[in-house]
Amino acid sequence: MNKQLLHVSVAALVLLAALIVSTTYWQTWAVGDLADRQDNSIQLITRLTVDRGKILAGGRVLAANVKHRKHGLTIFTRRYPSGSLAPQVIGYATEAGTSTGLEQSLDDYLTGANTNLTNTFKEELHRLGNQTVHGDNVILTLRPAVQALALQQLAGRCGAVVALDAKTGAVLAMASSPTYDANLIEQPKGYAKVLKIKGSCGDSSALVNNATAGLYPPGSTFKMVTAAAALDSGAYTPSSIFNDPGYCIEYGQHVSNAGNPDQNGPEAFGNVTLAQGFEHSINSVFCNVGKHIGGEKILEYAKRFGFYSLPPLDLPPSASQASGLYKNGKLWTPKNNFAIDSGRLAFGQFNMLATPLQMALVAATIADKGMQPKPYLVQKIVAADGSTVAKTSPQMLGRVIKPQTAAELNQMMQLVVQGGTAATVGFPPNLDVAGKTGTAELGLGSVYDAWFVCFAPANNPRFVVAVVVEKQPNGFGASVSAPIAKAILEKLLGT
Amino acid sequence: MARVTVPLADPYLLPMAALLTAIGVTEIYRLGPAGNAFRQGLWIVIGVGVFAATLFSLHSDYRALERYKYVFGVTALVLLFLPRLPVIGEPINGARLWIHVGSLQFQPGELGKIALIVFLAAYLRERREVLAQGRLKDWGPLLVIWGAAMLLLFVTNDLGSALLYYGIFLAMLYVATARISFVAAALGLFLVGSFAVAQGTPHVRERVTNWLSPWSTHPVFCPQNGQMMLRQNCQSYQEVQSLYSLGHGGFGGTGLGHGIFTGTTGKQVIPDLNTDFIYSALAQELGLIGVSALLLLYMAFVLRGFRIALAATDGFSKLLAAGLSFGFAFQTFVIVGGITRVIPLTGITLPFVSYGGSSVVANFLLVAGLMLISHRANRQEAGA
Repeated sequence: MNKQLLHVSVAALVLLAALIVSTTYWQTWAVGDLADRQDNSIQLITRLTVDRGKILAGGRVLAANVKHRKHGLTIFTRRYPSGSLAPQVIGYATEAGTSTGLEQSLDDYLTGANTNLTNTFKEELHRLGNQTVHGDNVILTLRPAVQALALQQLAGRCGAVVALDAKTGAVLAMASSPTYDANLIEQPKGYAKVLKIKGSCGDSSALVNNATAGLYPPGSTFKMVTAAAALDSGAYTPSSIFNDPGYCIEYGQHVSNAGNPDQNGPEAFGNVTLAQGFEHSINSVFCNVGKHIGGEKILEYAKRFGFYSLPPLDLPPSASQASGLYKNGKLWTPKNNFAIDSGRLAFGQFNMLATPLQMALVAATIADKGMQPKPYLVQKIVAADGSTVAKTSPQMLGRVIKPQTAAELNQMMQLVVQGGTAATVGFPPNLDVAGKTGTAELGLGSVYDAWFVCFAPANNPRFVVAVVVEKQPNGFGASVSAPIAKAILEKLLGT
Repeated sequence: MARVTVPLADPYLLPMAALLTAIGVTEIYRLGPAGNAFRQGLWIVIGVGVFAATLFSLHSDYRALERYKYVFGVTALVLLFLPRLPVIGEPINGARLWIHVGSLQFQPGELGKIALIVFLAAYLRERREVLAQGRLKDWGPLLVIWGAAMLLLFVTNDLGSALLYYGIFLAMLYVATARISFVAAALGLFLVGSFAVAQGTPHVRERVTNWLSPWSTHPVFCPQNGQMMLRQNCQSYQEVQSLYSLGHGGFGGTGLGHGIFTGTTGKQVIPDLNTDFIYSALAQELGLIGVSALLLLYMAFVLRGFRIALAATDGFSKLLAAGLSFGFAFQTFVIVGGITRVIPLTGITLPFVSYGGSSVVANFLLVAGLMLISHRANRQEAGA
């Protein structure tokens, strides 16, 4: 019997040894996969025991924690002291583990999972000693006063304001309206309340960041892109002459200029230069430019400006939309020129949709002499002990257009403010603003999306502002959005 | 007691059993509530009492048990049948495993296991030559008692014990008959049988599904509340959360007392944590290092057990020691293998460590048995 006994004992030991192997698998190889699972309750509870880092901007606390003791556990839940200031940017982190916005994309820093070398060691010791782990604090580039002013100016209308530091790409304001109080999310029935906020346009969502995910027909602001393509490709100069009969002919049909509030029917300018066409936002001029250089060329330049890709921002990808041509709700790349209504695309209609951030980046590129700055929201990440974990150094994404093209566009944008479509806004001359209006037709009669995109001072640009206000009855870029941009610029330039 | 009654017994078994018990009580105390650790302590006292009484009453010659083999066989069946009785039987988690008399709860199946091992050892010792010839007449009583035990386990939904009994039976049959063909045939029978059972019993089929794919990406029907839910939130919730517990522990563990077992609502994350899933709790707090040491301790215990079987001089002692040792190892494999997804999960206690009176008493009986056998073998060697 001893032989069999040996066999059985070996079998028994092999079975037990297999348990060491299987346990090793789950406790070493599989650890990461298990921790990433959505339904991991232990991970969820562990997250709550971390003293999540604060989110600060301009000395104001935008996200902080409340400490609770529950069933022997010390847990932290989120509180948003300026709840409705920038909830679409900050996002929220709930007790149930869902998060949005920066709360989602910066989670590793905020929970102290991703920190510098000395801190990793320190936090690991805390973890072992069962002491509270402190996440890193995040300092944003936002200026709360400018942000608040932007929201106040939007006044519940649907739309967005983006303000960038022209030199660095730092996002100084990113206001989306309608807004909501982030503290509502965790309250009973609070989420349902937030969903009901629709803004004065009636169909907006407070949860969506209109600045990065709001897709609007850019209207005449897109002429910045078309003009860039026309000048940069060498096809035109600012003094190229056009004849404007008040319309342009496409596919055998008249495409009329925008109506002039002072006269009946579309304006007709007669012989004008390209620069004048830009200054007065003459559709027929750009229609002819588009027909000549072709839709593909315009799209090629649009892509150089960042259309057709998500903006490289610190937000989670789901919080942004790519600008470009859309068909049936999806980003659409036409096969060739024949698929594009080049004339209409040239003045920002057709199927073109753009986000306010994208249009701000177009203006920033012109302001920066053809180089596009990389936009960023996070200034600095600081560990609980005050040491710096990460600091954003401004970056250029690359050259989009020639310096000369940028200089010419800059000039043309100054004309818009001095004597063109934005002349009535009353920008103080000392602000030295360069801008472009946009009044996008929505196919809803005289209801428009009103745009204004600008930078100042024109000769040494410091700030870029893009404003869009949605579905304004008889509302033009110059009358609705430019005054908002003016208020923001005045605040930023301290006048 | 052991010094007096079985002075020549293996000196390592009892300390190892004590260490495992201590680890168990410590974790049970940590998991709380405090009453549990106290009750477990009480059961350990009872277990030690039973251990002492067994040594005392059987130290002259335990082989007398061999004569009462049918008594043990029938006892095993009666013990397994007890939870089915209407007044004292009580279903817990869909399985009828418990009896309660007054405030005392007891899982008789654990003792049934010991009784069945004694029966098998005695019967196989007596009939091993004729069994090897494979005549049905000799197999009769064996198949009746063992088959009835299996049937009862399936009826009571105690799949873990059923698997354990099957494993013990196979191992002992092989030791007795040296016929690997029997083992192969029985394994084949097991596979066919479990396939058939899986078709017929949703309980078994569910375990297999949970084992193969504990995470579902689409909602599936949840029998507990009749809604469509992800499997990890319903049927396989327990084993998936238990895996998270292992993962959270990682290599070094969170440290004793620092594991996370209760949610913010105060609800326990893993149900049955201190019984079937105590390994998950230990794995989280002690880490891979800690539970590997624990498993090595189990291996050392099993090794000593088989040494005793090898040293024993008579067939009954060899078979008994082999059955007890293999049963001990296989029970550990069934529960820990289930938790770590080596095999489908079936609830059973982790020897000496899990919370539960019957388990503690049965395991002390097991140690007593092994010590009696080793004492006798060593005495004969010394006397010879």
